[in-house]
Amino acid sequence: MSTSTKSAADQSSQSEITTHPLPCGMTVLVQPMPWLRTAAFTLSLRSGIQTEPDNRAGLASMVCEMVQRGAGSFSSRDLVAMQDNLGMDRNSGVSTATSSFGAAMPAESFGEALKLYADIVRRPHLPADQIEDARMMMIQELRAIEDEPTQRVMKRVRELHYGSRLGRGNQGTMESLAAINSDDIRQFYQANYHAGGAILTVAGRVEADTVVQLAQEAFGDWRTENVDDAPLPSGAPVYEHIQAASSQTHIAFAFPSIPYGHPDYFAMRAGIGILSDGMSSRLFDRVREKRGLCYTVSASCHSLINAGGVFGYAGTTPARAQETLDVTLGEIRNLPSDLEQSELDRWKVRIESGLIMEQESSASRASSLASDFYQIGRAMPTAELSEIIEALTLDDVKGYWEQHPPSDYRIVTLGPEKLNV
Amino acid sequence: MPKFQQATLANGLRIVAETDPRNYSMSLGYFVQAGSRNELDPQSGLSHFLEHMMFKGTQRRSAEDVNRELDELGGQSNAYTSEEQTVYYATVLPKFQDRIVDLLTDMMSPILDGDEFETERNVILEEIAKYEDQPPFGGFERAMEIYFSPRGLGRRVLGTSESIEAMTAERMRDYFNQRYRPENIVLAASGNVDFDALVAEIDKRTSSWADRVAAETLPADDADSIPEGIELSHRVATPDAVQAYCIQIGNGPSSASSQRHAARLLASILGDEGGSRFFWDLIDTGRAEVATCWPQEFSDCGAWFNYLVCVPDDLESNQRFMREIIHSVVEKGVTKEELEQAINKTAAGYIMQSERPSNRLFSIGSRWLIHNEYVDLDQSLTNIRSVDQAAIAEVAKTYLSEEPTEILAC
Repeated sequence: MSTSTKSAADQSSQSEITTHPLPCGMTVLVQPMPWLRTAAFTLSLRSGIQTEPDNRAGLASMVCEMVQRGAGSFSSRDLVAMQDNLGMDRNSGVSTATSSFGAAMPAESFGEALKLYADIVRRPHLPADQIEDARMMMIQELRAIEDEPTQRVMKRVRELHYGSRLGRGNQGTMESLAAINSDDIRQFYQANYHAGGAILTVAGRVEADTVVQLAQEAFGDWRTENVDDAPLPSGAPVYEHIQAASSQTHIAFAFPSIPYGHPDYFAMRAGIGILSDGMSSRLFDRVREKRGLCYTVSASCHSLINAGGVFGYAGTTPARAQETLDVTLGEIRNLPSDLEQSELDRWKVRIESGLIMEQESSASRASSLASDFYQIGRAMPTAELSEIIEALTLDDVKGYWEQHPPSDYRIVTLGPEKLNV
Repeated sequence: MPKFQQATLANGLRIVAETDPRNYSMSLGYFVQAGSRNELDPQSGLSHFLEHMMFKGTQRRSAEDVNRELDELGGQSNAYTSEEQTVYYATVLPKFQDRIVDLLTDMMSPILDGDEFETERNVILEEIAKYEDQPPFGGFERAMEIYFSPRGLGRRVLGTSESIEAMTAERMRDYFNQRYRPENIVLAASGNVDFDALVAEIDKRTSSWADRVAAETLPADDADSIPEGIELSHRVATPDAVQAYCIQIGNGPSSASSQRHAARLLASILGDEGGSRFFWDLIDTGRAEVATCWPQEFSDCGAWFNYLVCVPDDLESNQRFMREIIHSVVEKGVTKEELEQAINKTAAGYIMQSERPSNRLFSIGSRWLIHNEYVDLDQSLTNIRSVDQAAIAEVAKTYLSEEPTEILAC
């Protein structure tokens, strides 16, 4: 068999990540992946939801939308035409801490693409006559969530988990959106779009020197500001039920956990992997396969810089909802009692395979680099991550979960009947 | 460069691969001609239910073994069912080729245990309930049912709660023997694959598949009746929805038609998420949450969908906008700049997707299963780049001149 048995560690030597702090305050990270035809970047600014004024929820997303409605010497339509002609598969979005702009493209388009995004974040027109359109767009998003019960319970449980400041969604509310005016938009843009704390990550068929030079030309003279520390989470345990005439009862739950970058993070993460990653994971096997209680059941980890959580979801018809909730939380509670080595081994192979296959995607590397750098202040080389995973023992996982049993659940259900929590 | 290889075994099973030793992964998939259009009324939902049961154990493996071993190989594996095919696939590191071939191939001879069947019935009923809660609340299924009739291509992939509740394991075994014969199956592979080893192994393991024979002969469906659990109203009831959902369905090119490339580009120009005509008039202005369109190709015919989601009060005016945009493209075609932009965007998308063997697998396997044809990346790019304004105008006239069938969920 013509197998390649290269490990993730061997691979990373071919594509060393380099970190380049620019004098303006932006940090550039580059990972050359010369075997690909594509390049991808993520540009991450510290203009997330947590920088919004309390009564202007949705402002960060509105500004993220407005900066793309014309910039530099280009109209909104020019921008889209240029992006399409460069073959850019693009995305943008706002999270608790950041606004991000990213794209993957054929490698030869990268230089032009970066210049375009420098215009977007540095020289946007913020056209006053398009504010109503942008507002309407966001109202549509809010209404869409109303009709999607899974999203609705997950959004609500996140608010309850992190509290109103850190937990709020990026769409705002009908009231807060109605209140946003052109001064809010200009002020938010002025205060939060700058090179301070900004991260530009680039992966794919590129060379570090060229990327740094292009970044220096595009962003070298951008102004910089200090960025505030993240606010503290303020969630509390609670059960909330949303009455609805739905076919299923939709169950969302969350409990506090540690963020990425915490020394115990991977011991915790492995436990959640054993619970929920894959078809032999405990929730899939014991809630769905053995009992036939539901089609979807899952749990996953989420991290902010100073707080974390485990979030889960199960959807099931009302007659089975109580049992589904009880069995699911029971499995989480009992996790450390009967852990087996084979479960941890399977999880390790999954992570290791994922790390190797990530070498096939420039977009996925660019976005991992950006989130690593924001969370832990440096790039996490694949080889290092691979070693951490490899070194993890069953006792590490068991020890963590015995010492940190899940508690302080936030639970949200949507359906015809309340559950006993 | 990726290399195309193919073989047909003595029992009729076809094997195709696009191999490239430079890839970090390999993907493998069984493509079976078993979809809802192959079902009769008493079999409604069976292709999909069977797909679930294929993970429930074989002579050599229990259900737990199957799931555990799939996870031990660390990749991504799953299955899906459509109107025309059922697909079982996995993406793993190349060093696991032998094990994934053994496992997926073994799964293709399931025991279809009666107890597992009963448990899984509940999972399917939950899946049906899940989609009832999700926008557009069964609207796409309803559109297919009305346009194609509730049988053939219009038959629901999941079946109905009624058909699933009435299903028996015996009937499933029979359907399996009828559809999972080697001549209905393609094994496709992509990426860092050893093709010769693959063929030798499959030849050894699948010889008995030709012995599968269906015992039961079901009577033809009564075309004048409506199957149980099916409604054919153009209005889908959604008690709590705050948005209005409008689905339009009309004629489109088949996957064999040379017009399919022009149709895909036309859909991009009209309805793509960023920068299309619908986008600028309806999305960028905040008039609608969704305004899009796409061609859906089947082996011998096709459909064209338009999809609009907005506030109920704006539905009528938005429908008018969409109608005018479509009329205008039928009458005047598209501009040179629009077409160039759509070609550049689509071609770049193809190139980017091709970097992952897992993405290539589906087009290679489906195409070979249905048309016995292989289209490499360069050919796909040529097909897209050779579409001109006249070809687009022709497609618009052929498929978008007639008023489509409309379904509303609100």
